[in-house]
Amino acid sequence: MLALNNVEVIYNDVILVLKGMSLEVPKGKIVALLGSNGAGKSTTLKAISGLLKPEDGEVTDGEIIFEGEKIHHLDAADIVRRGIFQVMEGRRVFEHLDVEQNLIAGSYTRKDRRNIRQDMEQVYTYFPRLRERRRQTAGYLSGGEQQMLAIGRALMARPKLMMLDEPSLGLAPLLVQEIFEIIQRINKEQGTTILLVEQNARLALEVADYAYIMENGRIVLEGEPATLKENADVREFYLGLNEVGKRKSYRDVKHYKRRKRWLS
Amino acid sequence: MEKFLQLTLTGLTNGAIFSLVALGFVLIYKASDVINFAQGDFLLVGAYITFAFVGQMGLPWTVGVFLTMVLAVLLGLLVERFVLRPLIGEPIISVIMVTIGLSSMLRAFVSSIWGTTGQPFPPFIPNFNVNIGTAVIPADRIIAIILAAILLIIFTLFFRYSREGIAMRATADDQQAALSMGISVKKIFALAWSIAAVTAALAGVLVANIIGVSGVVAGIGLRVFPVVILGGLDSIPGAILGGIVIGLLEAYTGGYLGSGLSQVVPFIVLILILMVKPYGLFGEVRIERV
Repeated sequence: MLALNNVEVIYNDVILVLKGMSLEVPKGKIVALLGSNGAGKSTTLKAISGLLKPEDGEVTDGEIIFEGEKIHHLDAADIVRRGIFQVMEGRRVFEHLDVEQNLIAGSYTRKDRRNIRQDMEQVYTYFPRLRERRRQTAGYLSGGEQQMLAIGRALMARPKLMMLDEPSLGLAPLLVQEIFEIIQRINKEQGTTILLVEQNARLALEVADYAYIMENGRIVLEGEPATLKENADVREFYLGLNEVGKRKSYRDVKHYKRRKRWLS
Repeated sequence: MEKFLQLTLTGLTNGAIFSLVALGFVLIYKASDVINFAQGDFLLVGAYITFAFVGQMGLPWTVGVFLTMVLAVLLGLLVERFVLRPLIGEPIISVIMVTIGLSSMLRAFVSSIWGTTGQPFPPFIPNFNVNIGTAVIPADRIIAIILAAILLIIFTLFFRYSREGIAMRATADDQQAALSMGISVKKIFALAWSIAAVTAALAGVLVANIIGVSGVVAGIGLRVFPVVILGGLDSIPGAILGGIVIGLLEAYTGGYLGSGLSQVVPFIVLILILMVKPYGLFGEVRIERV
């Protein structure tokens, strides 16, 4: 459905952030993209959704193909219209609009306006708490509710591919669990393909059908979650387990005695 | 008592014109977070274009005003295309500085065509007076009130219920997030600037009808600052109420304390408001979650 081939992204004409990034998202699946801070995960999503331009970023090489067509030179609005919707990191709800107006903003590109009411009801069945708060100013919702609103807003666009940038950011574990369950439900019930960027590797590997691990602007490892969970490097650096499978102890002062094998 | 009534009516009608100009400010601020320092010059351009059509070419005033509105839309689109679009994503302060430059350019454009001396405006609003009790209000001021009221209602409904209106507010809230919804920020800005240019042009015509066409018309842009600060930069009801309050205040101080002071008092209010209620009476408070 979506494929990135050797994508290179440069910010401000000098800073090379993605260095030959390739990945593939098959239709109907949940694909996770993992990696530490600054690996280029968010940049990858923005490259796909066309949001690089306001940040002075540019795809300088490679290609992004969605449903057989190159999309990396399109406007953000065109890309949304084709069915790719990014839920940005940090929720980014429209603070001064109420919940319902936020949802309407999400449906901006829809042509079949008659079904919008119905879709709003559907969002409310996924997130009953949003229904209670529907007239409230979004800026005053709790973090979890804002994340729900951000996902609900994405649903309003009826995307084929939903890209979620760290939906667990800053939320209590219980809420994270709830939100991930709903993401899985959306994937199953709506058939929405999902590309999930996460720092919380354990959780992401649980829900994903396939996962990529990113470092320094390129993919260093990929595979089925089950295989990745067995990988010694992943266990140590992403899941915080040592070789025996115990939790790593901070008494182990020589934290980095193990060298990542993919760093040549 | 008679004097009070007359002053009140004058204040209200001046206030209506202020509100009209303030609406343009609010519109642009709401959509793009930009304070448009060229708003007064939009008035000036509007007034002079109508003057050219009606006074110099002798077109009927309906046609003249209509053409002015068309040209105002065009001006708004041009400004968006060549001044603002290259600045999308840049810090707001740069955009605000650019509007100051735009203001000088528009002013220079007007004075290079029509010169700097003031001229009488062709009277086109039917000249009759309405008597309320012992007070007298001229027709052009009544038209100003009606126009302001109509625009207020239209804009309030537009921002609350229409998709474009909601998209405009969304864009003001968070440009990048709006972009990620597929909202075309360019289109939203073009829309906001055209509407603002049209309201400004209309206000310019009304002002010129009262004081004649000259550079002074642009000064209204500055006098409206206290109005938008008082009402809240992003509030349409605030613009209307602020306009009326400042209009009344100016009329009363002018009538009872001397006309020199009436120019100063609004700015004293501005300073007081900034100290007590920096977002204005109805402005959106910056939301901070703890």
